[in-house]
Amino acid sequence: MAHILLRHRDIPDIHKLEVYKKNGGFAAFQNAVTRMKPNEVTEVVKNSGLRGRGGAGFPTGMKWSFIDNKNWPHYVVANADESEPGTFKDREIMESNPFQFLEGVAIASYAVGANAAYVYLRGEFWQIAAFLDEKIAEMEAAGYLGKNLFGTDYSLKIYTHLGAGAYICGEETAMLESIEGKRGQPRVRPPFPPSYGLYGKPTIVNNVETLTNVPLILANGAEWYKSMGTADSAGVKIFSLSGRVRKPGNYELPFGTTFRELIYTYGGGVQDSRKVKAIMPAGASSSLILVDDEKVLDTPMDYASVRTLGADLGSASVIVIDDTVSMDWLINKTVHFFRHESCGKCTPCREGTYWMSHLTERIHEGRATRADVDLLLNVAKQMQGKCLCALGEFSTMAVVTGIERFRQDFDKVVKA
Amino acid sequence: MAKQVTLTIDGKQVTVPEGTLVADAAKMAGIDIPVFCHHPKLEPVGMCRMCLVEIGRPVRDRATGQFVMENGAPKIQFMPKLETACTNKVEEGMVVLTRSQKAVEGQKGTIEFLLTSHPLDCPICDKGGECPLQNLTVAYGPGKSRFLYDEKMHLDKQVPLGELIWLDRERCIQCARCIRFQNEIAGDPVIGFDERGRATQIVSFSDPGFDSVFSGNTTDICPVGALTTSDFRFGARPWELQAHASICTQCPVGCNTTLNTRREAKSGGRIVVKRVMPRQNEDVNEIWICDKGRFAYHYTEGKQRLTRPMIRKDGKLTRASWDAATKLAAENFQKAKKNFVILASGRLSNEDLFNLKSLAEHADGKAYIYSHMGGGELTSLVGVGEGTNFGSMGAGTTIVVVASDLYEEAPVWYLRIKQAAARGANLIVMNARETKLDRYASFTVRYAYGDEVKAVSDLAKKGKIGDTFLKSENAVILYGSDGLGVSGSAALASACAKLLHDNGFTGRPNNGLIGVWGRANDQGAWEMGFEVEEDLAKAFKGKTVYIAGADPVADDPKLAKALEGAEFVAVQDVMTTATTEIADVVLPAQAFTEREGTLTSGERRVQRFYPAVPVTGEAKADFAITSQIARHMGIVLEGTSVSAVFDILAASVKSFEGLTYARLAEVRPQWPIVGRSDLYYGGTTYENTQGMGAQLSAAAGRGEKVSIPKVEKEALVRPKEKELLAVPVTKLYDRGTTILPSELLHERIGEAKVILHPETAKSLGVEEDQKVSVSFNGVNGEAAVKLTDTISVGVALIPRSMGLAIREPVAVKVK
Ligand SMILES: Cc1cc2nc3c(=O)[nH]c(=O)nc-3n(C[C@H](O)[C@H](O)[C@H](O)COP(=O)(O)O)c2cc1C
Ligand code: SF4
Ligand code: SF4
Ligand code: SF4
Ligand code: FES
Repeated sequence: MAHILLRHRDIPDIHKLEVYKKNGGFAAFQNAVTRMKPNEVTEVVKNSGLRGRGGAGFPTGMKWSFIDNKNWPHYVVANADESEPGTFKDREIMESNPFQFLEGVAIASYAVGANAAYVYLRGEFWQIAAFLDEKIAEMEAAGYLGKNLFGTDYSLKIYTHLGAGAYICGEETAMLESIEGKRGQPRVRPPFPPSYGLYGKPTIVNNVETLTNVPLILANGAEWYKSMGTADSAGVKIFSLSGRVRKPGNYELPFGTTFRELIYTYGGGVQDSRKVKAIMPAGASSSLILVDDEKVLDTPMDYASVRTLGADLGSASVIVIDDTVSMDWLINKTVHFFRHESCGKCTPCREGTYWMSHLTERIHEGRATRADVDLLLNVAKQMQGKCLCALGEFSTMAVVTGIERFRQDFDKVVKA
Repeated sequence: MAKQVTLTIDGKQVTVPEGTLVADAAKMAGIDIPVFCHHPKLEPVGMCRMCLVEIGRPVRDRATGQFVMENGAPKIQFMPKLETACTNKVEEGMVVLTRSQKAVEGQKGTIEFLLTSHPLDCPICDKGGECPLQNLTVAYGPGKSRFLYDEKMHLDKQVPLGELIWLDRERCIQCARCIRFQNEIAGDPVIGFDERGRATQIVSFSDPGFDSVFSGNTTDICPVGALTTSDFRFGARPWELQAHASICTQCPVGCNTTLNTRREAKSGGRIVVKRVMPRQNEDVNEIWICDKGRFAYHYTEGKQRLTRPMIRKDGKLTRASWDAATKLAAENFQKAKKNFVILASGRLSNEDLFNLKSLAEHADGKAYIYSHMGGGELTSLVGVGEGTNFGSMGAGTTIVVVASDLYEEAPVWYLRIKQAAARGANLIVMNARETKLDRYASFTVRYAYGDEVKAVSDLAKKGKIGDTFLKSENAVILYGSDGLGVSGSAALASACAKLLHDNGFTGRPNNGLIGVWGRANDQGAWEMGFEVEEDLAKAFKGKTVYIAGADPVADDPKLAKALEGAEFVAVQDVMTTATTEIADVVLPAQAFTEREGTLTSGERRVQRFYPAVPVTGEAKADFAITSQIARHMGIVLEGTSVSAVFDILAASVKSFEGLTYARLAEVRPQWPIVGRSDLYYGGTTYENTQGMGAQLSAAAGRGEKVSIPKVEKEALVRPKEKELLAVPVTKLYDRGTTILPSELLHERIGEAKVILHPETAKSLGVEEDQKVSVSFNGVNGEAAVKLTDTISVGVALIPRSMGLAIREPVAVKVK
């Protein structure tokens, strides 16, 4: 099947404006601006069943319809922070199919009445930011961005903005603070960005991949998009496959593709032909899916099915863990990551990740007792449901599921 | 009135205004929800997660919008997660459970987390005993820790954020109250968080460190002992302290304070003031004070205090009895007849000033107020009166600030006017230079020094500004003396009074004229009928002078000279000054910390202060000294009871009519609730139990016919070639006698300065910090050059009371 998002894999040089244009580029945007009302655009996206690809899977069209039309101006922010360990899909889109992404930003902006949009990239993406700046300049020169587009009174500017090395800035409200020049720390929600966003104004935040879907949805219609994927998870998804597989990488597949297909058909199977022990479907923030039964691998990858395994599909950064890996090692890694990335704003996460990191370290290094494992589980649970943003929650996922589902790994390393 | 919302908290029905936060609603209903980051004066942030409660909301039918009923009551749906009471607003029919098992577990968890890396050095912590973390740990914590002691995070424990405030990074619980206070209330965003996660720590990024005159307030609202003042740090345990209600005597705001005292070995077994704390008065200072008010009390306790009366014998001041000293003074006063002059300052209480004024009247003398500012007759006529409160000003009210740098002159007014502007009040800031308040102004008006009167007279004619002013429901004008002397400020006051009077902005609450005086009770002196004399030197020559609470000799060489030529000089003060040194008789007065009395603030609020420490030596209260002198002259003035003086005063001074000493001690319930048992909620600010004071009436408010005298403004100063126009300005920290003894403020006070525009400096060939000689009107001095581009070229600002005796605009030579 031809790619919908990773189209550069089928169409050489699609990062060049002429090539992108020749392949139908900007027609959807032009059509929207010249022939459709903003809310009609939103309606199409709503009907397509598109859900956010940043992790939470929130219906995109519905989010757009929440924009507060009593408060102006409006903004669109593209979340290109891509900092979840194991996620590397937005990067490929922006590096190789930049115009489709930028057209998505433009259409979203038109739909919600924004005249300014920001692309927020993680600091390490400075080269991509420079590349996008060039592409934005080309679009401006070609009349796809700027004042009075296509002879209408609609105007749009897109700006790139670099982060400074904080995972938390991928969280939408921390990102807005960061764009405003403040410390990247999440805000209390509600109010949510569609009513109180950038500079306190209504703002739509969407992931890069989410927005990259939009031009083709508008070009081909909602029905076309819904015909792919499953009932609750329409369309295609880029699965970032990593871990102990032979061919890690990005795979654009319809929702509902099974783990087995992803790992074996596309990923070439597990390294050294070992057994899959666990799967983290959403990067470091994942619950650990216990693969004690081969049938687990036949679970279709869509939001609802993955949930039956006690995990969330999240950003679909599938990390494959084989039986050489002990979970005490793994959670020590994830907890240290979150301890390092905790922004420190709220107590349970700031103190909890610090506390957990001492426990996981002691456990992993064989300096702990069984009681310490129980304590770790208890501390993680004490954090759950109490934190200000999802990062704190994320930090507990692998800990709780690791201990509950792989207790024997811990019992092996603790002192008697 | 805001719409009322009814909800149920722990089974109790509570009705509160719409928009109230659940935590505050509970507090109003007497239900405690523990909080750390929440402070009712700050925007909610929901970061500490201490206030976790269960919240249920009535289910509404989607079609009809009506509550879905279940067993005769609305069906309540609880959220799966605990919610923060400090960020959720009340909703009709909401059900809140603060003590359910789930909520209790959540609160316990937060305390446990907070204590994991907390040093628990309560035994040596200043906050121990009045610490929200201690209190809430006992009330809501798990009682024991499961965290390994050796794994605690260690951070720096002695970090000076500036020379006034110290930080202990281990004690900090990252609630951001301090940062938010600085950002939201003080408007000085000079501290913030650095690093992240467990390493998150407070830093100051200003130079000098923690550059804000409100910094001390952060130590009150810090819920732990992370922030301490260099004044009180390791000074005493809170439970050893006695609390005494007082009023700050440093500026016309009249902030309500509490003096904490203890008897200590360190001070030779004496009872001493250990710290000054804000005392809640939502009509005056809310729960804040400025750093000057907090730290500049040391003059009351130092070596420089006068302890016994003295008489000059053979050219030397020698010890005398009270009787001999007062008798000597009395004889000379009586002898002087019409040549008797009293000079008193607004450092004295209303009762002191009343007795002095009465003495002058009986003895046929003159009573002058020692002030660099005129216009006080007008603030008695059309001043603000009963019911005026910056806290209630918002949309519909215009606040004009003219010729005053409020941040430096009356910090808490600055803070409250900034807040009023945020609530929608129309703020017009008029000055010859940029001031900090400009940032919050709807309009700024810039004029040249000398054009103040014209600027005010033209205000109503000025297009949009004029329209907004005229269309306001209420208007107040605060006028000051930035760049003005006595007659200049008097002329300005008259222009302001006329503008208000002509447009009906007098005689009602939140309307009228306010003087930004140099001293705490200047307004009181005006109410007593004191006058201001521009040429004091002339007034002293050959006269018999009775000076109370003023140090003209140190302030101005010309006045020193004039007093040399006086017939007789009696000086009454709390401490040795250059003026007591030249006196014929010296009368030791009690400091405000040692006695009681009342002061009248710039907003014309009369407030009581109370004794906190024992009297120094043989010192007496000023009103008593005056009474004793008077008695020798055959004049009877009340001299034993302050309340009796006050009652006589109230019977004879019209604006005080109807006030009684007792009424000044009345209090009413205030929001937010603060006080001893509510430490965790409002901080260590003291509850007001000893009086919120009462406002005077103004002539305009009493329905008297008011006519505004026109005051000619002084002739413009025209600097010649090679000269600059020098104007006096006021700085918060100066070298005045009530500040200089507080050594911890010395770095902030600095040296004598002359402030120039960079271009002026360039044309003079001088540089920043260079020492230059400054001469004007026979005054020669040295000063350091400071540069700023916020003033005009050709103008030199010379701060008052910093060593260069400037009283009014003058032409100056700078070399
Ligand atoms: C700690 C944390 C990190 C996140 N990082 C990212 C990220 O790197 N990229 C992203 O698109 N969304 C990230 N999100 C999700 C965003 O908050 C937000 O939900 C998303 O950008 C919305 O876009 P969507 O609706 O298109 O998914 C993160 C969320 C959290 C809590
Ligand atoms: S959960 Fe962690 S990352 Fe999120 S606000 Fe709290 S401390 Fe910051
Ligand atoms: S220093 Fe005090 S007020 Fe400031 S964040 Fe720390 S605990 Fe809170
Ligand atoms: S604002 Fe004025 S009255 Fe208030 S504390 Fe400061 S100096 Fe004292
Ligand atoms: S989160 Fe509510 S008090 Fe801090």
